[in-house]
Amino acid sequence: MVKENAPGGHDATLRLTLRVWRQRRGQPGAFEEHTLAAVPTSASFLEMMDLLNEQLVRAGKEPFAFDHDCREGICGMCSMTINGMPHGPLPGVTTCQLHMRNFRDGETITVEPWRARAFPVLRDLAVDRSGFDKVIQAGGFISVRTGSAPEANTLPVPKPVADAAMDAAECIGCGACVASCKNGSAMLFVGAKVTHLNLLPQGAPEADRRAVAMVRAMDDAGFGNCTNYGECQAHCPKGITLDVIARLNRDYLGARLRGFFASTGKPRRGGD
Amino acid sequence: MIPDAKIPAGPLAQKWQSHKTRLRLVNPANRRRYHVIVVGSGLAGSAAAASLGELGYEVSCFCYQDSPRRAHSIAAQGGINAAKNYQGDGDSVRRLFLDTIKGGDYRAREANVHRLAELSTAIIDQCVAQGVPFAREYGGHLANRSFGGAQVSRTFYARGQTGQQLLLGAYSALSRQIGAGAVRMYPRHEMLDLVLVGGHAKGIVTRNLATGEVRSWAADCVVLCTGGYGNVFYLSTNAQGCNVTATHRAHRRGALFANPCYTQIHPTCIPVHGEDQSKLTLMSESLRNDGRVWVPRDAADCGKDPSSIPEPDRDYFLERKYPSYGNLAPRDIASRAAKEVCDDGRGVGPAVGGRRLGVYLDFASSISRLGEGVIRERYGNLFDMYGNITGENAYRRPMRIYPAVHYTMGGLWVDYNLQSNIPGLFVGGEANFSDHGANRLGASALMQGLADGYFVLPSTVADYLAGVGLAGRPSGEGAEYRQAVAETNDRVARLLAVRGKETARSYHKRLGRIVWEACGMARSREGLTKAIADIRALRDDFWRNVSVPGDGADLTPELERAGRVADFLEFGELMCRDALVREESCGGHFRTEHQDDGEARRDDARFAHVAAWEWRGEGAEPVRHAEPLVYEDVQFTTRSYK
Repeated sequence: MVKENAPGGHDATLRLTLRVWRQRRGQPGAFEEHTLAAVPTSASFLEMMDLLNEQLVRAGKEPFAFDHDCREGICGMCSMTINGMPHGPLPGVTTCQLHMRNFRDGETITVEPWRARAFPVLRDLAVDRSGFDKVIQAGGFISVRTGSAPEANTLPVPKPVADAAMDAAECIGCGACVASCKNGSAMLFVGAKVTHLNLLPQGAPEADRRAVAMVRAMDDAGFGNCTNYGECQAHCPKGITLDVIARLNRDYLGARLRGFFASTGKPRRGGD
Repeated sequence: MIPDAKIPAGPLAQKWQSHKTRLRLVNPANRRRYHVIVVGSGLAGSAAAASLGELGYEVSCFCYQDSPRRAHSIAAQGGINAAKNYQGDGDSVRRLFLDTIKGGDYRAREANVHRLAELSTAIIDQCVAQGVPFAREYGGHLANRSFGGAQVSRTFYARGQTGQQLLLGAYSALSRQIGAGAVRMYPRHEMLDLVLVGGHAKGIVTRNLATGEVRSWAADCVVLCTGGYGNVFYLSTNAQGCNVTATHRAHRRGALFANPCYTQIHPTCIPVHGEDQSKLTLMSESLRNDGRVWVPRDAADCGKDPSSIPEPDRDYFLERKYPSYGNLAPRDIASRAAKEVCDDGRGVGPAVGGRRLGVYLDFASSISRLGEGVIRERYGNLFDMYGNITGENAYRRPMRIYPAVHYTMGGLWVDYNLQSNIPGLFVGGEANFSDHGANRLGASALMQGLADGYFVLPSTVADYLAGVGLAGRPSGEGAEYRQAVAETNDRVARLLAVRGKETARSYHKRLGRIVWEACGMARSREGLTKAIADIRALRDDFWRNVSVPGDGADLTPELERAGRVADFLEFGELMCRDALVREESCGGHFRTEHQDDGEARRDDARFAHVAAWEWRGEGAEPVRHAEPLVYEDVQFTTRSYK
């Protein structure tokens, strides 16, 4: 739940000790400790990191690199593990939407990058999440040529189906699911995309192909297997739920079975 | 001299169709021999790169984010307009065209706006086919809502995340082409210069943000879809990385910059809460469908609990001043009205810097009429976001909002083909200037980005390529490329060599304060003249005292920031200069000397033109060119939303 401001809480400040991960690409990393004397409780977590970096630059030291962009919880770029939890202790928010009123005066906060084999550290708190893009490139789309689409209302979509597809489509691709998983699995991410597209009638023609191709790309990108711990659901800032993984498993299994029984053993001939 | 805008002849409603049939084509077998660079992967960039790749061109797409899916189009909340008339409430292409022209306060190009209205319907078809989960009615058909500046319901939406869903649609189309090998994607690459060969745009220089490598890329043409320059104000609703560098660097290479003073201040943003704030957050304009905007009548009530202020003591100032549009008055008008009541000392919320800058957006009457469940269904995610940021529950007490910089209508000058005055340099989306005039209507930015990317650029880029042909193409080895790389390296080295005491962010903040005061919601000759001098002084100070730690041979966010701030420090001056010369008020550009009791007073006799600025070198005065706005169809009238 959102912590509401106490009366006059806009001006309160915190004294914080920060243990922040420092690492150059391909080299071992370590924690560095810093203190901040007066962090306004109205600041966001990233604004607190800005204060730390400003303090470092003024002292002629290198600031910490971290990914961030929209700072309104939608682009999925920010990616910090705060006190062991991806995006920090507040459920349902990204790091940029976590505000300092959720911390206590005098607290020590540990800040790390996403920890996953498929997300190598680029520098400090920034990691390489291109594995996600590769999964989408393998099948996370509906093939439609620009300008060839039919009139939008010719294909009615029942509201509950459209709503369920939208629930899954809210995924922002931040990678908290992978970072929270002890196996480094991307099943919540892949499940969300497959669910979004396979639920819709527009996505049906490619549904089997999509599920198989995306799972293969997921494995190739080095993500681990799902063992149903559910940490991903607990840390997803957009509330994506485990049923998308069930849907992915079902679609994948169905696709493989259909592929097996549809196979005639006859080599396909291309072209005409 | 300003080049020809190449507006096709013939009746307005047929211009685009007849123009398209005259555009030259490239043989399918030859397309893969042409290399097109697309910079930026938002709605316009992703859509253009995907469509061009699908057509068979060799495409390279660059973005500064770690993935093309993160471009700031993703943050658009409210919706996208289209003249489908699914509601049967009298909408048409013609009406969308007229609303957009009027909304832009008669400072947009008629032919471009009509094309935009025509293409709006095909965009919805395209997005639905891609699987964009737009809101639907129980019958399974698409739902619509109304939006500011319109009296019909023509806005399509996906909860409060329309931009996200449209971008994910375009990103999926782009990803399909990347997977197929038709597009090469370069994330974490920032464009730092444009390369001209024989006066044509034939490549770019980039810095790989992860490794620090600076290099050039050769191509047959360059398409910039690099967004707007709202971050010149430091605090805006833009993403942290949004910048003017790509367009400003192209401007320095000769591209004209049009109407830089046309900036949009969005009325419904969360008010500033403190000195260390890094960004402002938008609350979708759609909230104005169900929220009522008010402040206390009496300044003495401003510190009180809003629920304790009885109805007769509240001033619903938008409903009072603009009875026919009420809370749905266009953005520029609603923003100015909010500024006016706060300047009158009737703002609400905590005082920052001694002033209360905020007005209430109150849902109490909608909640009692429709129930909290309906409001939660419509705006739940926005109320949650508001709660996270402010620590206040907007179901129980009115939201506080205040205007903030949101969008920039100005941009690189382009002709009807979206080609700049530099042959081979195309500009799409927010980065160009052409469709919104002096004020953009809500739910029109997504429409324009996708219209440019899916439907305009693929046709007009082909026309250029067919015209220049395959003979005599630059290899990428020429002196122009080497020199551009050397100049970029030199600039990076200069930034690293200053070794001063101040952070780039502190300069950015100071610049933002100058332009917000002088070139924000109210502008005056006196203020702008002083701002230009102040920006120059700040720029000089920057190059003496900025501190950029490190060697730049790695992921170095401070270096990225410093480079962008340096460009904003040049661009901010141009923006103020443009505002100074435009001696009228129109749309978002409000000159205090030119008003009728708070309403903008246009001067069509002197200023019915596009101002396009030419760079003449550092320290030299830029030259202002004027492209007259010739209206063949509509009449200039004074906007009234009363």
